Amino acid sequence: MLNIVWPIFIIISFSFAIFSGNLEKLNSSIFESTSDAINLSLSLLGTICLWNGIMQIANSTSVVEKLTKILKPIIRFLFPELRNNSKIEKEISMNMIANILGLGNAATPLGLKAMKSMQTENKKKDVLTNSMMMFIVLNTASIQIIPTTVIAIRNSLGSENPTSIVFPVWIATISAAIVRSNAYKGLN
Amino acid sequence: MEAIRFISNLAMPMIILLIVIYGLKEKNKVFDTFLEGAKEGIETTLSIFPTLIGLFVAIGALRSSGVLELIIHVINPILNVIHFPSELMPLAMLRPISGSSSIAVATDIMKNHGTDSLLGMMASTIMGSTETTLYTIAIYTSCVKIKKTRYILLAALAADVIGILISVIICRIMS
Repeated sequence: MLNIVWPIFIIISFSFAIFSGNLEKLNSSIFESTSDAINLSLSLLGTICLWNGIMQIANSTSVVEKLTKILKPIIRFLFPELRNNSKIEKEISMNMIANILGLGNAATPLGLKAMKSMQTENKKKDVLTNSMMMFIVLNTASIQIIPTTVIAIRNSLGSENPTSIVFPVWIATISAAIVRSNAYKGLN
Repeated sequence: MEAIRFISNLAMPMIILLIVIYGLKEKNKVFDTFLEGAKEGIETTLSIFPTLIGLFVAIGALRSSGVLELIIHVINPILNVIHFPSELMPLAMLRPISGSSSIAVATDIMKNHGTDSLLGMMASTIMGSTETTLYTIAIYTSCVKIKKTRYILLAALAADVIGILISVIICRIMS
């Protein structure tokens, strides 16, 4: 995707700058952008390392199993077709918990595992089942308890209160997730 | 508003505290485990650094050359109808397509309008509450080699639009 988008951005903006006389601005923005990227990466490095470390501790405890139990009724409700298949239900909830805790690296392999398990139960092998669609739609909702990347961006730009967006993000995520799953069920 | 700020500020310390206590309770080597995870974080960040440099330059060029302004100027009348700030439109369009370019655009918006301004808060909320939809759909469907994806793309993108609109509305209400 970026192999197409990136050159388009460069060609359009660089040639536009030449014709509109914004060359000086463009030149200074090139160097400004690289230092912005470094500032953000440093901030990201701090936030992500801290958070990954904390979540590694969480992963080593029985927290994950406890959360799996809490999630069970929600999963039963969202995936009625999986009833009695506790293996898939567990894989789905592990993926959701990794998402909630903000462990993107762990969430994806767990999610792929759940997809593969659902595929073995799939009668038409080349078509997505309802459960698979629900699962993907849930994964496109960013159900993260602490939005670490955004906090890092805000921190790198010297925000007075980088964490002030946590609550608004929760409200937005939850309401969007409810709309998501209901819209999806409605389409069904 | 004070309560909302309090909850927002409490969230991260509270979770860290609970996890550390929980780890101790189960007699884990808490700090060793922490280091293991933190090391992994270094790799994650380093791996996206080159992407960020490339995209920051591209997005910065779009702004400084005047292209972004032109686009915003053109779409402004349309978006005014639904009270959607046109400055957020580039973010809304790139968010489902590419994670790192949306980081670059969101940073650009916050840098130019202030992290704690209404636009900055809206950009933050959009970033925190949405995902890279197209990428997610692509890896999840290709891992089971399914080509007939029915209406998943439409459903997920419609959900993103709703998520972005909700973010804007919530920030307006809270400001």
